[in-house]
Amino acid sequence: MTKKIKNLNLNFGPQHPAAHGVLRLILELDGEVVEKADPHIGLLHRGTEKLIENKTYMQAVPYFDRLDYVAPMNQEHAFALAIEKILKIDVPIRAQYIRVIFCEIGRILSHILNVTTQALDVGALTPSLWGFEERETLMTFYERASGSRLHANYFRAGGVHQDLPKGLEEDIAKFCETFPKIINDLESLLTDNRIFKQRNVDIGVVTKEDALDYSFSGVMIRGSGVPWDLRKSQPYDCYGSLDFKIPVGKNGDCYDRYLCRIEEMKESVSIIKQCLAKMEKGPIKSLDGKISPPPKAEIKQSMEALIHHFKLFTEGYRVPKDEIYTAVEAPKGEFGVYLISDGSSKPYKCKIRAPGFSHLQSMDYLIKGHMLADVPAVLGSLDIVFGEVDR
Amino acid sequence: MKSLEDLEKKINSELTTKINNTEIKHNQIYIETDKEDIVDVAIFLKTNQDTKFRQLIDITVVDYPEQNQRFEVVYLFLSHEFNQRLIIKYSITENEVIPSLTSIFPSANWMEREVFDMYGVSFKDHPDLRRILTDYGFEGHPLRKDFPLTGHSEVRYSEDQKKVISEPVKLEQNYRNFDYESPWEGTKYIKEEIENNDKKN
Repeated sequence: MTKKIKNLNLNFGPQHPAAHGVLRLILELDGEVVEKADPHIGLLHRGTEKLIENKTYMQAVPYFDRLDYVAPMNQEHAFALAIEKILKIDVPIRAQYIRVIFCEIGRILSHILNVTTQALDVGALTPSLWGFEERETLMTFYERASGSRLHANYFRAGGVHQDLPKGLEEDIAKFCETFPKIINDLESLLTDNRIFKQRNVDIGVVTKEDALDYSFSGVMIRGSGVPWDLRKSQPYDCYGSLDFKIPVGKNGDCYDRYLCRIEEMKESVSIIKQCLAKMEKGPIKSLDGKISPPPKAEIKQSMEALIHHFKLFTEGYRVPKDEIYTAVEAPKGEFGVYLISDGSSKPYKCKIRAPGFSHLQSMDYLIKGHMLADVPAVLGSLDIVFGEVDR
Repeated sequence: MKSLEDLEKKINSELTTKINNTEIKHNQIYIETDKEDIVDVAIFLKTNQDTKFRQLIDITVVDYPEQNQRFEVVYLFLSHEFNQRLIIKYSITENEVIPSLTSIFPSANWMEREVFDMYGVSFKDHPDLRRILTDYGFEGHPLRKDFPLTGHSEVRYSEDQKKVISEPVKLEQNYRNFDYESPWEGTKYIKEEIENNDKKN
């Protein structure tokens, strides 16, 4: 006697702790094996690109914090670089170091979150408790520099908003001394952990060719053995003068991607140390009064400074007609801004290229043939944050 | 190709009939082509040993409502091998259907869905052309310039009907777009003036 068996459709999310946000994943299951995955995204769509078209360049910066909200400043960086290239303005060296320091802090923030929550998804609770304590320390650095823990709004075209407060450099240096030990602690919990390895090794394997075809970037492509990092291949700001390595995986599975992230955190610490050592006193934003607002003290004395201040915060600076695509190596991969300016003080178009968008797209390819229990493991290693996927 | 100039020459000689214009700026190469040729151009760029643009970074559309050919379709490519970026563009009218690149680059799938969702541009031979970012049952194409920033409808919980309802947007104050007419010239003119003054001194 034969029985007809129908595949089971399962709704994973939109509210599910392992969905890392508001992902609605419709899975077609044959027993416990996933036959098809159809991610429904857009539940966090806020129309960022439309809003940016209606704001001045300076007002648009905060929207970038709200994309990948675990590493806000990396996104601001891409936008600032795009404007700087169109305006052809130079960034003072101190500002470049500050930006790189905070981008690397952002990378550590993002990787801690990802590594520990991925561990949480596959059953380990402790790493997230340890990791989040460090994230809190890092976010205090954000707060001391910019005034807020998450939505920094700190980078500007031509530099950063304000100089680092007294003592912050020393505290970041101290953190760089203690943090490697925390990474080692995390590693001692996970790297050789039998359960963690069983859940991640040979799961969600991506070949080199497929990583290219699916527009993967960042850890997703490096985990598959492609040594590609925009900080090295197309250096921006002062990355060219810094010495760091690019960790590359071998097998392209979830475990290799985890190892890459751990190594990248170590490299980030080394980059921050180098920046702190090389950093000297100096201006922190472009001295061009038509782009950077004047210091408060000057406004009280100088008529010109007052006019500049008024014009910058009402009309904003104008950007000549041009178009450009700039990309930075965000913690999750290539984050790009395709900016079209029309000579006014508002962008004509600002297309945001989020790495998570192409990564999540490959969910069906990655998960086909795996068990239902592997879905959170794969999803975790994709490093999805819905702020940037949905925009 | 090692340099962008060589690449420009190569593309111009190999794809003479398919390329309308090439330009190098910001260390990237910009190519203008036609709707009919985009598939051939993409295949050439992906497979040729001297170009190897293996990755499609993004697809997007720029809306120019005042132009006859309203939409400009933009493709961004990246070659890891030669560390180069390439941008392909072509213009279409509002109701034109354009070819899909999904058979060449699987990653084009969602990018094209996004373009369809945001601008209402349709793709031929796309395996699964649905809306992607907007809500189920959404109407209109939000990134078109004639779509209002506030949208058309808003969603709220109705205490009377005891359910979530959708109704036309009502705002206490409309979104205001200030027009600043001023002689403010931006940076270039100031820079030139300073340079001239320096020369005089």
